[in-house]
Amino acid sequence: MKFSVIIDAFPYLLGAAVTTIWVSLLGVLLGQVIGVAVCVARQSGGRAADMAGGVYVSFFRGVPLLIQLLLIYYMLPLIGIDVPPLVASIAALGLASGAYVSEIYRGALNAVPHGQSEAALALGFPGSSIWTRILLPQAFRISVPALVNELILLLKASSLISVVGVAELTRTSQTISASNYRPLEIYLAAGLIYLAINGALALFGTLVERRLQQA
Amino acid sequence: MLDLSLLVQYGPALLRGFGVTILCWGAGCLIGMVLGFALMLLRQLPVKPLRWVIRAYIEVIRGTPFLIQLFLLYSGGPSIGLRLEATTAGILGLGIYGSAYFAEIFRAGYQAVPKGQVEAALSLGMSYGSILRRVIVPAMLVSTIPAIVNMMAILTKETVVLSIITVPELMYEMQTMAAETFATFETILGMALFYWLLVEVVSRLGRRLEARVTRFLTHASPQGSSSETATARA
Repeated sequence: MKFSVIIDAFPYLLGAAVTTIWVSLLGVLLGQVIGVAVCVARQSGGRAADMAGGVYVSFFRGVPLLIQLLLIYYMLPLIGIDVPPLVASIAALGLASGAYVSEIYRGALNAVPHGQSEAALALGFPGSSIWTRILLPQAFRISVPALVNELILLLKASSLISVVGVAELTRTSQTISASNYRPLEIYLAAGLIYLAINGALALFGTLVERRLQQA
Repeated sequence: MLDLSLLVQYGPALLRGFGVTILCWGAGCLIGMVLGFALMLLRQLPVKPLRWVIRAYIEVIRGTPFLIQLFLLYSGGPSIGLRLEATTAGILGLGIYGSAYFAEIFRAGYQAVPKGQVEAALSLGMSYGSILRRVIVPAMLVSTIPAIVNMMAILTKETVVLSIITVPELMYEMQTMAAETFATFETILGMALFYWLLVEVVSRLGRRLEARVTRFLTHASPQGSSSETATARA
């Protein structure tokens, strides 16, 4: 063990960690949008939408993320969209996360009493504002712990995008350890950075949860 | 579309790869469960430092990406004299990764065993070993089987990551095939469908196992200890 190696590499690792963080955040945001859309479509879009949503959820939860990532990475150019690895990675993370998020929301929606949407209907609320004003805000609040957990899972999963060459934390550690032959120290440092980010996220999640409980 | 004769040519390699995948998965699950169970038991001992160490181990494993753990084991290991072959490192990596999650699953199961049952067994003069074997573990199995099955399905998917450290499992063989034949997209699509099926099969078998393990709950739930277990699970 030589700790000076870690100190030398630290600025680069931190820079790469920033990439990891914002790629994961974008992935989670995309996942939120897709997840909510899929969840709403499955609940109120009729049988066909429900089945299509079911296939989507089953596929993205059943297929390993690495394969999804390669599939998107190689599929987009095939249909004429030439995207940089970074975009393909965010798309893959978002699609995968969307499948889990839609299930999280589905569970949360079950916890919103049915009488509320019936009452809203009786008051003449249009369907769209029942969703935006009554169901989704409450579903969001209920699902905060699960969503933070999902963010942590996605952040860990984002290490896989190193495979398509995105210079995030894992890829950068690989590059550095390939040049200084100190894989043990570098990967330890990378692991600690991941751990620190996840710890911070978990703490943030607890704070948000407490805050939402007061409201 | 994919030339089917390729499947004949690459069939044996893919089959061998599938064998390695199943081996890694099975061995990884086994190591993970045994280690996880041991960790759970050690955590029950009234030794504070030991508890902290185990807690830290679980948090570290669950807080870092599996890929980083694999790299540490496979590329970082030799620095401290731990030279492992890719497959061995892969199995060990899966086992260590799984152990942290299994330890948490088992802990929840252990805590869900009604205290009265253990006390009753103690008052009957049973030794700790036989209480564990005859009272705690059977009750734990019932309450934790869904989580165990879920974790096993997750580990099925994680075996794919082993291809990155060159374990010659299915994904690795597939990538070799894709690189040699340039039929990249078709191969990956085929692989996606295959893993979709595999994970589905694992979950289905798991659900069957679950139904088998919990079968007495539906028959005997109105009376006695099994109804207590049923409530503990809910």
